[in-house]
Amino acid sequence: MSLTATDIRNLCLSALALGICALLPFGDNGYWLGLGVTIAMFTALATSWALFSGPTHYISLATAAFFGVGTYVTGLGIETLPFWALVILAGGIGAVLAALVGLATLRLSGVYFVIFTLGLAELVRQAITWVQNNSGQKGLYVLTDLDEAGIYWWLLGLTALVLLGGWMIGRSRLGFALRIIGDDETVAAHSGINTARAKVLLFMVPGAVAAMTGAILAPRYVYIEPSLAFAPILSFQVVIMALLGGASRLWGPLVGVIPFTFLLEAVSSNFPNQTTLVIGIAFLVIVYLLPKGFVGLLDAVLHRINKTGAV
Amino acid sequence: MASSVLSLRGVTKRFGGLVAVNAMDFDVAEREVVGLLGPNGSGKSTTLNLVSGALPLSSGSVSLWGSRISGLPAQTINRKGVSRTFQLVRLLASMNVRENVVAGAVFGHRRRWGRDAYDHAEMLLEKVGLGGKGDMALGQLTYIDTKRVELARCLASDPKVLLLDEWLAGLNPTELQIGITLIKSLRDEGRTIILVEHVMDAIRSLCDRCVVMAAGAKIAQGTPSEVLSDKEVIRAYLGDDDA
Repeated sequence: MSLTATDIRNLCLSALALGICALLPFGDNGYWLGLGVTIAMFTALATSWALFSGPTHYISLATAAFFGVGTYVTGLGIETLPFWALVILAGGIGAVLAALVGLATLRLSGVYFVIFTLGLAELVRQAITWVQNNSGQKGLYVLTDLDEAGIYWWLLGLTALVLLGGWMIGRSRLGFALRIIGDDETVAAHSGINTARAKVLLFMVPGAVAAMTGAILAPRYVYIEPSLAFAPILSFQVVIMALLGGASRLWGPLVGVIPFTFLLEAVSSNFPNQTTLVIGIAFLVIVYLLPKGFVGLLDAVLHRINKTGAV
Repeated sequence: MASSVLSLRGVTKRFGGLVAVNAMDFDVAEREVVGLLGPNGSGKSTTLNLVSGALPLSSGSVSLWGSRISGLPAQTINRKGVSRTFQLVRLLASMNVRENVVAGAVFGHRRRWGRDAYDHAEMLLEKVGLGGKGDMALGQLTYIDTKRVELARCLASDPKVLLLDEWLAGLNPTELQIGITLIKSLRDEGRTIILVEHVMDAIRSLCDRCVVMAAGAKIAQGTPSEVLSDKEVIRAYLGDDDA
């Protein structure tokens, strides 16, 4: 399909917005840059998560598994390979792992899929812990000359890639197939769609992105160990942010990531032990008040304005 | 009979101990409209599900132009040119009328994409009587219109064989006449059609041949007037006293 004038305008505006975001490290090198890293990280994770889970309604809690694998790719390879190669390698491993998980589990429906993906992160974590215990090694040091600004630019680049990729998938046959599958899998199969293949292909995207995010962030942790790299809370944060924003639009998760990051930041600096509580309350709010996220709320408001305008 | 497009041989489906379809044999010739009749629960819809690939066969085989299609997944059977509607209308709730039809055009037997798919969908909407309703939401449609959307989606991949599961059920007399004319026009385009149907008017005016099922097995086949006067068929529908 060819680009319309609106498409070109939106692309230019998005590029401009990213360009402005890229200037952040020149303005501030401390607190705000730290927040910028967190926002860029969760935007990449939540947007890629919503690419798959938005249309299919399969809630994946596997983000932590892929993320952790990515951090270990950097941790193990930093002495031998250049950083950019590790990020690409992590993406490849994440995609392959996602394909394997997808082939094994995407036939599962609803809650079985959720539980499996949650268990996956735990499984990988336990496996790595076991290897470490047997080899006597406790954790890995990741020492690079990459500073906070460098990490931020890497994450911003990845986010741009995810948004561009998501936009292209949304316009592709694969994206359309996923929407049909999300609406009615039986109809999808009877319309000639290879449902299993479409789901596995798209599940590889969040897998690869989460692994790449982990690989990029590993230098920030300096010392990585399984309980940090595979922290299950990450999976829940990604799901909540994506759903809070709304998984039905490409930019939806971003709208959830920004306020939620600020909220978590405020809570963790004032009530450091209550972050889990905030996540729990956010989850209740989404389920009861905002089932379609901010995007759904915005649609409803616009709909009402249009209606009153027409009368 | 001309070369058969679709052949069922010993097609059987068991659900645990229940034999829903028992050794069904029949052929459908090119451009033929075959009615699949029988009382409720006789296995008509299940037979259709076995042909379309919605359910796997327990034994037997289904072939399309001589090559076996049973055992293939539904999407492969659809790509080979077999398309169906569902007994309970199934539409894509997040999409408007036009997108619902485009959904049938992109991945099926004959594939279209982009402008081409949208133009094709528009043409089909016109054909099934939904011209100008492409932008409507599904919730705004009447019952017959939802059936029309489903038929248009089913036609969007230009299928050679159409499986219509009670597509005419629930229509009022005027709508029924429109529906019958529409199905006739599909046959005239060269499509082969299997109808699961209860509406007698439709069966008499549309079907070249009927296959009657009772308790999972074929009990009669022939022209509509032959099978409707068949003693076995009357017994199956009305009981021994009337036969």
